[in-house]
Amino acid sequence: MELTLWTYEGPPHVGAMRIAASMEGVHYVLHAPQGDTYADLLFTMIERRDRRPPVTYTTFQARDLGGDTAELVQRTIADAVQRFQPEALLVGESCTAELIQDQPGALAAGMDLGGIPMVSLDLPAYSKKENWGAAETFYQLVRTLLKAQVPPPGTPKPSPQRWQQEGRRPRVNLLGPTLLGFRCRDDVKEITGLLQEHGIDVAVVAPLGARPADLLRLPSADANVCLYPEVADSVCSWLERSFGLPVVRTVPIGISATEAFLKEITTLLGLDAAVEAATQGEATPGRPATTTASSSRLPWYSRSVDSTYLTGKRVFIFGDATHAVAAARIASKELGFEVVGLGSYSREQAREVRAAAKELGLEALITDDYLAVEKAMADAAPELVLGTQMERHSAKRLGVPCAVISTPLHVQDVPARYAPQMGWEGANVIFDSWVHPLMMGLEEHLIGMFRHDFEFVDGHRSHLGDGAPSMTPAADPVHQGHGALAGVTISAPEPALATAPASAGAATATATLEAPSSGVLELHWSPDGEAELHKIPFFVRSKVRRNTETFARERGIALIDAETLYDAKAHLSH
Amino acid sequence: MGVSVADAAPSSPELLKQSGQREVFCGLTSIVWLHRRMPDAFFLVVGSRTCAHLVQSAAGVMIFAEPRFGTAILGERDLAGLADANEELDRLVRDLLERRPEIRTLFLVGSCPSEVIKLDLSRAAERLTSQFNGRVRVLNYSGSGIETTFTQGEDNALLALMPLMPSSNESQLLIVGTLADAVEDRFVSLFAKMGIEAVRSLPPRRSTELPPVGKGTKVLLAQPFLSGTSRALVSRGAELINAPYPFGVEGSRDWMAAAAAAFGVDPARVAAVLDPLVERGRRALAPHRQVLEGKRLFLMPDSQMEIPLARFLSRECGMELVEVGTPYLDRQLMAQELALLPSGTQVSEGQDVERQLERVRAARPDLVVCGLGLANPLEAEGIATKWSIELVFSPIHGCDQAGDLAELFARPLRRRQLLTFS
Repeated sequence: MELTLWTYEGPPHVGAMRIAASMEGVHYVLHAPQGDTYADLLFTMIERRDRRPPVTYTTFQARDLGGDTAELVQRTIADAVQRFQPEALLVGESCTAELIQDQPGALAAGMDLGGIPMVSLDLPAYSKKENWGAAETFYQLVRTLLKAQVPPPGTPKPSPQRWQQEGRRPRVNLLGPTLLGFRCRDDVKEITGLLQEHGIDVAVVAPLGARPADLLRLPSADANVCLYPEVADSVCSWLERSFGLPVVRTVPIGISATEAFLKEITTLLGLDAAVEAATQGEATPGRPATTTASSSRLPWYSRSVDSTYLTGKRVFIFGDATHAVAAARIASKELGFEVVGLGSYSREQAREVRAAAKELGLEALITDDYLAVEKAMADAAPELVLGTQMERHSAKRLGVPCAVISTPLHVQDVPARYAPQMGWEGANVIFDSWVHPLMMGLEEHLIGMFRHDFEFVDGHRSHLGDGAPSMTPAADPVHQGHGALAGVTISAPEPALATAPASAGAATATATLEAPSSGVLELHWSPDGEAELHKIPFFVRSKVRRNTETFARERGIALIDAETLYDAKAHLSH
Repeated sequence: MGVSVADAAPSSPELLKQSGQREVFCGLTSIVWLHRRMPDAFFLVVGSRTCAHLVQSAAGVMIFAEPRFGTAILGERDLAGLADANEELDRLVRDLLERRPEIRTLFLVGSCPSEVIKLDLSRAAERLTSQFNGRVRVLNYSGSGIETTFTQGEDNALLALMPLMPSSNESQLLIVGTLADAVEDRFVSLFAKMGIEAVRSLPPRRSTELPPVGKGTKVLLAQPFLSGTSRALVSRGAELINAPYPFGVEGSRDWMAAAAAAFGVDPARVAAVLDPLVERGRRALAPHRQVLEGKRLFLMPDSQMEIPLARFLSRECGMELVEVGTPYLDRQLMAQELALLPSGTQVSEGQDVERQLERVRAARPDLVVCGLGLANPLEAEGIATKWSIELVFSPIHGCDQAGDLAELFARPLRRRQLLTFS
């Protein structure tokens, strides 16, 4: 038993719903009690879908339990098949139905469904979660549809370069995009365009927009692109084992990853050699010019002088494994941020996240407890948070700017405009969406400097506050004149006062979430130290304060005066 | 003076019973407003990840640092009997209450999985109450989908509080059903003007300040979904005041007047208090009535408020009722409301959502009141909708709120008028 106040992932049958709702011609009969239909609104509200997910629920009630719920399942299946005429049927159960053990899949197998393929889903609701459920459903569906096509063991693997002999362009499948995934709709468009430019066709995109008949064509591709490993990893591995279809595993988010992706795919398909041969001979007319990293504005924007202020910005990252790992790489290598925390709720992909964290000298946070994430965030004292919708809320409470990079989503994460994360345009989108909150942070600071309205200070500030949360709430003297927010007086000599709870509601959250290190050594600023600190321009002041306090703590200096500040400055400039 | 209950012609609505797929929340969802009403209470669902996901999806939980509700998620170990589920629950509750010392009442909320595995939450509640030695009272009720729909969760939560209500035969008016605090204050002051001083509410604002109940208690239901609670109060000696529900000017007026009559308040005094409210309420309604009048309305079953709302929208806003769905029909609690519906109104009980949608498509109503799972799909078919969940979160009770209530239904229609893309 585990206490959960909020959860990153839904139950596994919601993952199955994502597969069914992403596809065309698939229907899902779910043995579930009244209430489980809530999941429909995830699709109709967050994704603004114009139709209900293709799910029929048995909605059994207590009075049905005394009778024949198996009969209810069969009747529901028969009605759904007749009404929706699906090309493939998924049959499964939610957590409660799992307990009554009606085995709807077995019941469906015993029915005459008019020959439509039926997949019985066994998704353990008490040990697995949404992404696992999506991956398992996709895998079971593909396996059921393709079983008959699997070549006998010992059949030689098809060459991914056979397109050259067959006189056609190479083609690949894009696997993993779903509804309620992060920007999948636009990523598919971006990657399809990118591959087209490199002379590669997309055979099948699945599950998003695919029909069961499209899945039957999967083996005709030269390779699979595992675009979202959380959903497509098991399918890709099975297609590799059963059909010898090689898998491109680099996820093209960010400049270097997009380049590595193109390198991996063109090498695999033998396009490098073909392009070389072509350029040595006659130019190939009609072939569009391929794009390169210079097609994205991110590298130049990041090098341009305006971005100097991004240098060493402390960034805390949490999300699904794919997006968190990609964000860590982009943040550290392509934007010059300092990653101060990296984690994921994807236990299935924890290894990749741990490896990425280790490379950055960090320990990965693998948890689905959002309060643990919020605490880690507060402890890391970031200047920017990249996370899910929940981290956006946590960051708001801590007064730190945030950009959303991963599911779980809110309706605003399904923008009307084209906003991919992958490929060259994805890099542009990422630059804008990560840097803009910081600019706003700067603006907010200006407002904080120049607005002295009483009600403005007293809890009416917007979520983008003064800076890092480890900063004592009263760090800025502008607020010290306004008692409400200055519940904690940092220059006070008495320790009791220094930890006195803030009276204003606005400051309470910050105070309780302060880094625990403050308890180790009680730090105080002398008046001259404080005065010196405030000669420093406001936009670097919080950073100087933090660095000086770290310096003082390391040396056991309890009272920070002007000299300590300059000592720290000298030490840090080495 | 408007048409009152006594003037209404008796009518027998056509009842259509349906069973099949229900697009309705389960009783766990009531937690979303109950925890706001009683800020010193915590609601702990004992259930599955689905329960946790349902409550957070319905409530948009993310705005809270630590919400006053959560889920004890059963794991495989609990089901396999490897871990004693009772011991696990005790441990989890101890940890929770240690972290949340401000909590005075803890509700253990049963769910579909806990009901099916027959986890005895009433014994757990007794055990935990004695462990906490009076510091925290632990209660239990079921919000499971196999037993409750959406608003029935509140009915069960109030039933759980009932044994803790002291007995007293003092004369009092007991308003039963969650109201917005401001609306409640307003009613209390209006009753005071009529000379009814002892007015109490269930649920109270503080979970520990429960009203007494006994022979002198006259129960006025503010919400139409409290079948079990009203019967239990009657069994404790209380008298149930028969009235329509306080939606709209007429309903609110009749509701307050029924209470006043039960206390023997002079009708002239009642009129002196209520007439100006009725007059002002009608003025507030007028602009919305212009939008709604003659429009055809279809209500899908959801919150159990459908019948009183249909009565308001037809009688006071001039809407034409195509079908009035309700998750279940409690004829006793709905008697006054049913009598006020136009004769021959199609009322449907239960749901078979696909069939009902076929009826919607065939009737092409001007407005459909429905849950969030159905709203955008219907809009995409060109049918205007009003999300029903807003009705349980907004202050809509009382004469002063009648204009706001009508506006909730007029807005989707006005919006359609506003938008042009050519």
